Amino acid sequence: MMERQSIGRRLTLLLAAVAALLSVLSWGMVTALAREATQRTQDNVLAASTTTIAETLRSEQGEIRLELPYAAFAMLGAVSEDRVFYRVTAGDEILTGYQDLPAPSTARLGQVFFDSATYRGASIRMASFRRQVLSGDGPVLVTVTVGQTRDGVGAVASELSQLAAILSVALFVVAVTLSAVVAATSLRPLNEVAAAVSRRGPSDLRPLQRTAPAEMVPLLSALNRLMDRLRNSIRRSEDFIAEAAHRIRTPLATVRAQLETALRTVQADTEKQRLRRIIRAVDESSRSAGQLLDHATVAFRTESLIRDRLDLAALAASTVAAMEPTAAMRDIHLKLDATPAPIAGDAILLESAIRNVLDNAIKYSPEDTTVHLQITRDHRETRLVVSDEGPGLGEEPFDGLTERFQRGTNTGGIVGSGLGLTIVAEVLAAHGGRLELATSTNSERGGACVSLVLPSV
Amino acid sequence: MRFLSPAFGLILWATSAAFALEIEDHRLFPGTGERVLRVLSTADLDVFVPYVLRFQQTLPEISVDYTVVSSSELHRAIRSGAQYDLVISSAMDLQFQLANDGYARPYRSDAVQDLPDWARWRDLIFAFTAEPAVVVINTSRFAGLELPATRQDLITLLRDNPDRFAGALGTYDVRESGLGYLFATQEDRSTDAYWRLNEVMGRLGPKLYCCSAQMIDDVGTGRLALAYNVLGSYAADRLSADESGQMQILQMQDFTNVMLRTVLIPLTAQETEAAGAMIDLLATLGMRDLPGEWPLPSLSISGPLESSGFGPIRLGPALMVYLDPLNRRAFLTEWANAMEQQ
Repeated sequence: MMERQSIGRRLTLLLAAVAALLSVLSWGMVTALAREATQRTQDNVLAASTTTIAETLRSEQGEIRLELPYAAFAMLGAVSEDRVFYRVTAGDEILTGYQDLPAPSTARLGQVFFDSATYRGASIRMASFRRQVLSGDGPVLVTVTVGQTRDGVGAVASELSQLAAILSVALFVVAVTLSAVVAATSLRPLNEVAAAVSRRGPSDLRPLQRTAPAEMVPLLSALNRLMDRLRNSIRRSEDFIAEAAHRIRTPLATVRAQLETALRTVQADTEKQRLRRIIRAVDESSRSAGQLLDHATVAFRTESLIRDRLDLAALAASTVAAMEPTAAMRDIHLKLDATPAPIAGDAILLESAIRNVLDNAIKYSPEDTTVHLQITRDHRETRLVVSDEGPGLGEEPFDGLTERFQRGTNTGGIVGSGLGLTIVAEVLAAHGGRLELATSTNSERGGACVSLVLPSV
Repeated sequence: MRFLSPAFGLILWATSAAFALEIEDHRLFPGTGERVLRVLSTADLDVFVPYVLRFQQTLPEISVDYTVVSSSELHRAIRSGAQYDLVISSAMDLQFQLANDGYARPYRSDAVQDLPDWARWRDLIFAFTAEPAVVVINTSRFAGLELPATRQDLITLLRDNPDRFAGALGTYDVRESGLGYLFATQEDRSTDAYWRLNEVMGRLGPKLYCCSAQMIDDVGTGRLALAYNVLGSYAADRLSADESGQMQILQMQDFTNVMLRTVLIPLTAQETEAAGAMIDLLATLGMRDLPGEWPLPSLSISGPLESSGFGPIRLGPALMVYLDPLNRRAFLTEWANAMEQQ
């Protein structure tokens, strides 16, 4: 599976990017506002200063007089350490102040208006006030202009801007932290579903019964539909295999009966020999078909396991009885050593498991030997140990032996499907038990020791 | 002062070729190297000599060319582009205007950063002394009278004893003295008693002076009974040298002007590094806690001044208000009307 960037990280990054954008935006806005606010403060003081001077304008003996009030400049000095320039003109004549101060833009009478200009190498802000004063020759237009450098405004604005920058960074850090939390919280249902799915056993295809957020309902139902289809498909293929096995087994039984009859009628040893070989092959095929059928049965029945109260000893005894004829053919004794051992489970499956183990034991045991079955139990586990005097299971580890169609390393010339132990393991697993394989310590020759372990009840 | 020797005039001409400068005093303190720090100052030579010597202890290679002029001459010289490396003046308003109008060069150092906010303005202008304006009296001429503590006391005293004080009062001629004008305008702003006092003094035929030193000398000799608005530092200096024992310094309790002596580096300066070193020295001495042997006081305002609660004159654009020609003309007219009644 190709792993792309995780949703959580992407979500966090996206939210962080949004937070960064907002932080920068808010910083920009605060900076602009700070600049505007400080500029207005300066404008207000300049306006006050200008009007204070303009209020002293008067006409004395036909001459325009004014005095600069101390407060007019003191108020400018109180706000910041900015350089101050001023000029008062009456008509075209300059009454006092800095002659080369830039001319103010024209505006209506009796109103303060503001200009920005450059004067003596510094950026300045000017407030001007224009009013008419009656002199000897009639009304004269008098303009009072007060200018101030903008260093104080700039310093305050940049100080506020720096503060805003620090706050923006703090905001960003908080936002990123919250983004990570939000991303983790939003993705929790998804992770929970993933955990629930991965907790399941390998053959658990039941639908997921979970409450999920609306966004995840389509995913969940799609997942459930997929599992449903998968389950049906598996069931169909098991059915098919069972059907196929069944159909093969019946004609094989007919063929075998015919061969038995033929065996009795032929005289020549070579012919008998040949017929016996054919019978053995037919038997083997029949057994394999049986095992396939067993396997399908196991797969089908484990899906909804019946848990009847059973006696493992009785079950073992009946299976031993059923296998007795086959064993007798090769002079193999089956010896069961058991006391009643109650368990919970599906009789058909468990019988099938025991049969497969016994089948293996009989198949691999040399003639005239004994296969021991022993049941032991404690409060936790009940185990049926089947040990033979055969060649054993070969090299450890034995894990691979329970896999489908996998056969041991020392099967010799004996024919087998490789399904037997798989069926056993699956049956035990379905019952919450397990299959243990070991080399027998009973006889000097070793031999296989197969334990069917089930939970006690 | 106006009759300069030819040799002196030559030096003068060499240092400020652009225009003639009315020089009051001048001295070159030779250093071991080529570099010359040219200082234009209103502080008397003998007052400033210890500072130059201290400066040359740390930087012996730098010669110091020290020129004393009046505060208005100084202002005029710098405005017309005279080349100096350092400008020291007691006329705060004129100094401030130089800085405001862009004739000063910014200077930053740890020493000036340590100055209190009120003792500097925009890295352009730095104060290194705080000097109050005081009243100096000749005690023998006050015999039998109660010494005045406020301007109101003084007004009453002068009114009640016109014979004793007629022609025996001295104060600055504010038309000539920048410092006198600064003190007068600040008093105009701060106390109502100022004009009433001027009226009373005007009736008594006051003597008008250009400088503190002569006024204090005349008090010492008994020609004057009282000198009004004298620079306290000079008065204390003269008092310690006075042998008659008849001089006394009075500090008015109702209001006291405190002037800041300021220094700046003009835009035309070339030895800015040496000028900065001198500013650092002056600022450091301005911040000293103990008076020491220095002729000029530090910035620390202690003693009766501190208890009176009056801060120094504020370094700010308001200082330029009285420099405005219209305002100055109006003020001087009013002042002359009050002072010259006879």
